[in-house]
Amino acid sequence: MHYYNEEDLSRFGDIAKYKPELFEKFMAWYGACQEEGELTKREKALIGLAVAVTVQCPYCIDAFTNSCLENGSNMEQMTEAMHLASAIRGGASLIHGIQSHNAHDKVSM
Amino acid sequence: MQAGVQIERNGVRVLQSSPISFQEKLGTAELRSLSVETLQVNVGKLCNQACKHCHVDASPTRTEIMPREVVDACLKVVREFDIPTLDITGGAPELIPDFRYFVTEARASGRHVIVRHNLTVMHETGQEDLPEFFAENRVEIVSSLPYFNAAKTDSQRGTGVFDKSIDALKRLNDVGFGVENGLTLNLVYNPVGAFLPPDQASIEADFKRELIARYGISFNNLFTITNMPIARFLDWLRRSGNETHYMAKLVNAFNPATIEGLMCRNLISVDWTGRLSDCDFNQMLGIPLANALPQTIYDFDLEKLAARRIVTADHCFGCTAGAGSSCGGAVSV
Repeated sequence: MHYYNEEDLSRFGDIAKYKPELFEKFMAWYGACQEEGELTKREKALIGLAVAVTVQCPYCIDAFTNSCLENGSNMEQMTEAMHLASAIRGGASLIHGIQSHNAHDKVSM
Repeated sequence: MQAGVQIERNGVRVLQSSPISFQEKLGTAELRSLSVETLQVNVGKLCNQACKHCHVDASPTRTEIMPREVVDACLKVVREFDIPTLDITGGAPELIPDFRYFVTEARASGRHVIVRHNLTVMHETGQEDLPEFFAENRVEIVSSLPYFNAAKTDSQRGTGVFDKSIDALKRLNDVGFGVENGLTLNLVYNPVGAFLPPDQASIEADFKRELIARYGISFNNLFTITNMPIARFLDWLRRSGNETHYMAKLVNAFNPATIEGLMCRNLISVDWTGRLSDCDFNQMLGIPLANALPQTIYDFDLEKLAARRIVTADHCFGCTAGAGSSCGGAVSV
């Protein structure tokens, strides 16, 4: 048995089993967020992919890769989005280095 | 109501993992044609290319081509029944000996002629003047270009196809196709893989922007077409482990709003021997017209065929997924 099974992506709805009303609310929100609005569906799919890579969810990565392709993005564009998300994640770590500098400066003569 | 036909490839049933058949999805509704506006003639399987997604299994080694006798029978039908559009496809239709005869005769009869032209065939010996021939006969050209870069195009259609296609598009622009107030040049996008096509207007805008910026090429419309899970594309789905996933995607994306605009409702398909089918896909699967209808171009009867019951099978999910798919692109926007 694997902790991640590809087939589980299509079983997402099963999570409604014990709390259907909460899942229904979640799906309404989740679906509405991806509809065309001030941002295009293509832009939203790219954001979704970038976030999916950042939170390292294999189900989301699979789903949003397909969503990006089906909304007309190519791999060069998708890779740029993933780099940006990863760079922000790297930067978020690196900026905490200032805290180390601060701690160092506090205890140093 | 007749149950949908089951189809196989290499002895294995297509859509074997589908939770529901196409006919079950349609419910009690019966798919019927509305008219015969277009005679779509597949003149054979001979082609200078062997694309990975080809639903015809066409290639340079195929020998099935339409003889003059069948070409003449098709011409007789479009004249006698006043069918406005002749849509010529293949293979590469230009490679059959009677292609130019077919086009010029149909045009002389006042038919609108569509040629499904693969772009690269004009680089074959003896075909160099195709742009001028097309222009003289004022045909509508519909050409596949899966993407505006070489990597994607060549991975589906063969090494070097993209560069030849770009050269061909420039030549077509030069003789007046796809330019302002010119002759019609439409392109076809189909996904390079096991996913659905994007919104047609959106990807058309990308193609127009990129082709003019990179190569100075213009065209009229871009049609998005869903890859049909039959023939060579099905072989690829199976080899790559994508069959079940792709079939489920098509079934889950079933859109009843596409039914009204399905191409089978306004055309009839003829194969290289003269046999009739509801569409080019049914033709490739060997699915004939419903019982009791005329079965060949020789016994064509518009009255019987115009409002016929259309024979469906589970591959029909390919035309009803998402925004739908037809030889003229998306059917529901």
